[in-house]
Order: sequence, then structure tokens, then C-alpha cells
Amino acid sequence: MLISFFLTLRKYGLKSSITELLDLLKALQQQLIFASTDDFYLLARLCLVKDESQYDKFDRAFAEYFEGVESLDLAALIPDHWLLPGLIRQLSEEDKAKLASLGGLEQLLEQFKQRLKEQQEKHAGGNKWIGTGGSSPFGAYGFHPEGIRVGQQGSGQRRAVKVWDKRDFKDFDQNAELNHRAMQLALRQLRRFARTGQATELDLNGTIKATAQQAGWLDLKFQSERHNAVKVLMFFDIGGSMDDYIHECEQLFAAARTEFKHLEFFYFHNCPYEQVWRTHQRRATDAVSITQLLQTYHSDYKVIFVGDATMGPYEITYPGGSVEHFNPESGEVWLKRLLAHFNNAVWLNPQPQAWWSHYHSIEILQKLMQNQMYSMTLDGLSGAIRHLSKRH
Amino acid sequence: MIFQSTEHYILSPELALAVNAAVTLEKPLLIKGEPGTGKTRLAEELAASLGTDLINWQIKSTSKAQQGLYEYDAVSRLRDGQLGSERVANISNYIKPGKLWTAFTAEKRPVLLIDEIDKADIEFPNDLLHELDRMSFDVYETGERISAKQRPIVVITSNNEKELPDAFLRRCFFHYIRFPDKDTLTQIVLAHFPTLQADLLTAALEVFFDLRAVDALKKKPSTSELLDWLKLLLAEQIAPSVLQDKQHQGGLIPLYGALLKNEQDVALLEKLAFMARRAGR
Repeated sequence: MLISFFLTLRKYGLKSSITELLDLLKALQQQLIFASTDDFYLLARLCLVKDESQYDKFDRAFAEYFEGVESLDLAALIPDHWLLPGLIRQLSEEDKAKLASLGGLEQLLEQFKQRLKEQQEKHAGGNKWIGTGGSSPFGAYGFHPEGIRVGQQGSGQRRAVKVWDKRDFKDFDQNAELNHRAMQLALRQLRRFARTGQATELDLNGTIKATAQQAGWLDLKFQSERHNAVKVLMFFDIGGSMDDYIHECEQLFAAARTEFKHLEFFYFHNCPYEQVWRTHQRRATDAVSITQLLQTYHSDYKVIFVGDATMGPYEITYPGGSVEHFNPESGEVWLKRLLAHFNNAVWLNPQPQAWWSHYHSIEILQKLMQNQMYSMTLDGLSGAIRHLSKRH
Repeated sequence: MIFQSTEHYILSPELALAVNAAVTLEKPLLIKGEPGTGKTRLAEELAASLGTDLINWQIKSTSKAQQGLYEYDAVSRLRDGQLGSERVANISNYIKPGKLWTAFTAEKRPVLLIDEIDKADIEFPNDLLHELDRMSFDVYETGERISAKQRPIVVITSNNEKELPDAFLRRCFFHYIRFPDKDTLTQIVLAHFPTLQADLLTAALEVFFDLRAVDALKKKPSTSELLDWLKLLLAEQIAPSVLQDKQHQGGLIPLYGALLKNEQDVALLEKLAFMARRAGR
């Protein structure tokens, strides 16, 4: 009865339901296919998978069930003896204090190049060479607040000044499971119904009133339909220190997508500069400049930034502080431009609120946002939505 | 009753199975795929091969689920009331059946095409859940219940502009039309142009697939664009050698306007051609 097949699919994260399994069984009963694994594959996919982005999961599950091949965990195959995360050292406060910055950004880059030249072999621990887990500013999985990260998967201390390794983050899975119904309900509070557009609906009350006033002579009144008129712009921080919060962001993203008809979303890294991106994958081609964005979207759009706001302070305040390119104007300037244009804006921060005071950059942004930074909990979300709903 | 490739429509075995399953099990079939891969054509061909009617419900951004069931014309009734017409007494004179109603009451099991369902409002698919599931609905004005005489074959197409709700998806079969490979595409082209010279076809397909391989294109040309382009090539009597000559018109594909629908894509192509020329020097 294909129960274990069905359970294998569920194990791979497919959201197939029992109704769909029954459909498949019914189709088999009707003898649509005859003893062919290939045909069974097609039929099962037809009945059980409802989105092409899930096809891959289905293929892997199918392979496991029919060939008994445990799908290999690719991540485990990558030799990572060079960058073993286990080496992360737990530094005492004293050690951290010793690691006061080695000078400005340019100096850091200069030193990195120099040491890269000097160094010939693998290195771990220590405090000078490029390697892993040490307190040298260069390498991965170490602790140095203004360090340069090299070939690291996910942030160790979530602070790196230049991202050298290409982050292979995908766009947020738009089909993330909506189990966080509460999140959806919170967003729903932002709904604002308004009658906009052409008057096409017969206004019965108005018609009766008008007809009565005309002493029974028919006078038709129309009204426009009620729409959810709220318009939302969302900016997502991706990569780097946001790794930990992908799950929360996916949920928020999925909830927002189903709640708002007028929703536009963009991606940025750490801090919005002169341009943002429509998708993560094609950063070069899908860039949208903030200037253009300000001209395109009217000030009544509600703006939601989602980011952990954890970065080097100069990434916000200094020109040229961006970790990915040279920005002629500081992130602060661009953020202020955005805030000046849009009437309502909030920042949702997935970092637990208790940690906020430890990061200088959060403080700066909190001030820039005029204290409209909220934690990404349901309480925080409701608070943010309340602020967004205020009329200006 | 097995639906197969027709003279003008080449059906992949996957899609054939999907259609036959949907027909046999009386479930709506949701078809997604790149624009121009023949989603709408499928319903037309299916209706033609079954010898039945195609009821086409083209969805627009303003479409409401209710319009598919019926519409109550209150304005005419008010006007007739004013004029003292006798029609007023019977409210059903003012009920206009929609596409679903027509499909439910058709004599022969029809094919109902709900085209581009993603164009409609977010609520649209949810509003149709019950009607598509039970194949019946009530007319509140008259208290009448409309039930399907026989369940119509429902084909729904989507271009992925909006996500469809899970509850809706669960009630459908889903098939994603993949872009055809070279062999299938050759078959498709030959179905449309039976007399096309083999060398022109090979040359044209080569150019076409090269073009599709350019990742940065905003809108990749699809089957329907290829067919249009071939039609133009034939009308202009372009020789296969011109297609193979990469230096033609500075490296631009002849009649590229049929394949590329975006001036940025054309600009990109020119740039690529320019770079290829420089590299070849």
C-alpha cells in the first residue's frame, strides 16, 4: 500500500498529504500504468508533488526507496581538514580586549596580502598566520572582531570584514512551510481595506437611498470594491552572519508572500548601500539602485528591513566601509535617504534582544531607525506591525 | 481512451500520462512551465482529440471566482422593475451562467480550461476549492443547486506569477512541462513545417539552443518563438549557410526580433557577438 514509500517521501521533507496518497492508489487501481518503474515514477510524481522546486527532493526520495541508496551527504564529502570548525577557541574577555583593532581597514587588507605571501603551509591556532580558529585577524572560525574571513562555511564569530569566499546562499525558499500561523496572523493585522479603483460594484444602500430621494425614480449608485490596499517593501539581509536565522527569515518571507498582494522584496548585505538586489543569485544583473527605488515606490509603501545588524560599525558610518565593494557614500547616508522617503519603516532583527547591547552596530542602527528596531519574535513582530499601521 | 500526440501537437510520454490520469480520475490537472511551451495548446488539442467542446475561462487580474459560477444582473432587474416589465417576477431571468456552470451542464463531457490562474487575486483559487472538488454550487438568488452532469476535464495553467495555496494544490494533479530537448523539438518543428529542409532545421536549432544557453537573458526564447522565427526564416528564404556564418550582420542572428522580446537582451546579444568577433580575430 506504499506506506513506507510515502513515509520515505515525508522523510525527505515533501509535504504530500494522505489525500494525495489515496489519489495515487486510486490511479494504480484504475491500472493507468502496467508494471513499469518509470511509469510509476511519473505517476507518483504527478499525484504527490505539486511544485517543480520539489521535484529534486522527490527524485532523491524515490532513489532511496527503490535502490536502497542512501543519498550521500555532500557536505560530508568536502575535505575540510584545513578549516576545522572544532578549533574555535573560547576566548576570555581579557583576550578579546587584547585584540583591539590592528588599525584601519586598509592596513588590514595590506597585512593580509603580505602574510598570504609569507605563509606557505596549513596553519591552525596561533595569532599571526592565516588559518583556522586562531586570533589572528585572517582566517576562518576565529575570533577577531575585524578579521578577514577565508574559505569559511558559516560565520564563527559572525564578524568578517571582507567576504572572500563566495557565499552559496540560495534565494529564500518561497515555499517554506507555513507552520508559523501566528506569524501570518500578525502580518494580517497590517491589512487595511480600502475601496480603490473603478466603481464597479452596485451600492445597494446608496441606490435605495438615491431612488427614494428621486421619489422612486431609479438612480443607480456604484462603489469600488474593497481591496487590501497595504503595500509593502521588504529588504532582506543575506549571507554572512544571517546563516543562523535563515529558518526564521524563510517563515517570515513565506508568510508575507501570502498576506500581501503588493509586496516587493529586495536583498542586501549587512547594510543597504546605493543598490539592492532582486534575487541573490544574479547579483550583477538584478541590481536596483536605491535612487531608482525611491522614484518607483510611493512613500505610502511600508518598509520592513530584516537583518541582524551585526557588522563592523564602519560598514554603516564610513564611505568605503562595505565588505563587498567600494561604496562612495556610507550606508548611513543611504539608510537615511530611505527613511526620509518612506513614511513607515521598521527593522526586524532576528538576534535575541538580550544581545543587542553587545554590538555597537546595532546601537547605531537602532538610533538611525529612531528606535524602530524590533526583535523577530511574535511580540516584536506585533510591535513592528503596530508601528507600521500608524498613519503619518 | 488514451490521448496521444496529434498531427500538430507533440506530446511527451510524461504529459500523456498526466493527462490520462487526470481524465480517468476526474481530477483537475495543473500545468506549469515556461511561457510558450504549449500549456494552453494542450487543452485545445485534448478537446479536439476527444471531439468535445473546449470551454475557455481566461483569467485576468480582475477575475472573481463568482464570475465563473454565475452573475446576477441586479441593474437590469431594477431597470425592468421601473419599466414594469413582466420579466421582473422571475429572478432567474437575471442570472447569467458562468463558465463553470456551462461546463457542468454540457451534454458531452467538455474540457474546461482555466487559463493563467496565477493572474487572479490571491483569494481566487481558494474560492474555487469547493466547486472544483464537489463539482456543484448553489445559486443563492434562486435557491437552486447546480451539479455537474458529468465531471468536466479541468485543465488549469499557471505561469508561476503567484503561489497557489496548498489546499488548492492538494486537489489537483500537477505537471511541470519541461523545455523539450533537441529531439522532441525537432519533432515539434516538423509537425508544424513538414517540408522544412533538414540542414536549415539543424542550423536553426543549433542557433536556438546556443541562444537559450545564454544565462543572462531576461526572457529565453521558447518553442512558440522558435516556430515564429522559423516561419520568418522560410518567408525570407534565409539559407542555412547564413545561420552558420557567425559573422553575419556583425554576428547577430538573422531576424532576431522573433526570438528576443526585450531590447536589453538584444543589446546583450550584440555585446556577446562583438566579444566573440574580437576573440576570433
